[in-house]
Amino acid sequence: MDLAHDEPNYMAIFYWLAALTALEVGVTYAGFPKLLMIAILVGLALTKAAMVAMYFMHLKFERTTLGLIALTPPLLLVLFACITYPDTAWRLLGH
Amino acid sequence: MSQAVAAVDHVLGVEPAESPLTPESWGKLGMWIFLAGDAMSFGGLICAYAALRMGSPNWPIPSTILGVPFTAVMTFLLICSSVTMVKGLESIKHGNRERLRMFLLMTVFGGACFLGMQAFEWTHLIEHGMTLTSKGLFGATFFILTGFHGCHVFSGVVYLTAIAASANSYSADNHNSVEIAGLYWHFVDLVWILIFTFVYLI
Repeated sequence: MDLAHDEPNYMAIFYWLAALTALEVGVTYAGFPKLLMIAILVGLALTKAAMVAMYFMHLKFERTTLGLIALTPPLLLVLFACITYPDTAWRLLGH
Repeated sequence: MSQAVAAVDHVLGVEPAESPLTPESWGKLGMWIFLAGDAMSFGGLICAYAALRMGSPNWPIPSTILGVPFTAVMTFLLICSSVTMVKGLESIKHGNRERLRMFLLMTVFGGACFLGMQAFEWTHLIEHGMTLTSKGLFGATFFILTGFHGCHVFSGVVYLTAIAASANSYSADNHNSVEIAGLYWHFVDLVWILIFTFVYLI
């Protein structure tokens, strides 16, 4: 059971995650227009989540099967949101 | 025929259905399938939260009610505990049980501190009049999302304590259980990163 890959530099990942968290808190109080703020925050959160999955959960170094399993819930949820949210918005507009 | 194949498999000590798509560990595959299901639970809750929030014109700005700096520290703590978890796995890959145990206990400590801070936060909010039914659906969605996640942290603390207690049974050749427990812990960290953003910051 040899190491199949070089260990990623976990401390570098840690510094990135900590820095991005600080950046997120800064963006929250920076007073950007609401939609811009949401776009930045969602982008930062998804970046951090991807870093945890790729490096801490070793997805970057795993076989395809596990990557496919990991990708299934996000894809299903996007599909779910695409189907249901237009309906929600339509009702909100008073139809 | 199938009995003969099974007998051969038994003699050779290999698991059936080996293929290029088969992961090297069935336990790991099982944990990933569980996590995918769990991700759907969290995803469903977060999608419902988004839909309810879109439909409420008077939704409060979360950072005016919730303590963002306090929960940023909680987020940092969970990230730190993920780092100690990977360090523990790295240690046992090099056969070092003492360091594995130390890092696992640090991870458990981080998780326990997170739970303590969450209990403190909830107490503070409830004392200031925020309950499941207050402020429209803000209170309900907040307590359900953070509570469901808190239950996961609690399970993770128990799980990792059990792994730490059996640290002597792992070695450089046998650390699959540690890696699988780590997957669960990192998933809980990952979900918190999303909840922190969607519930506290946006």
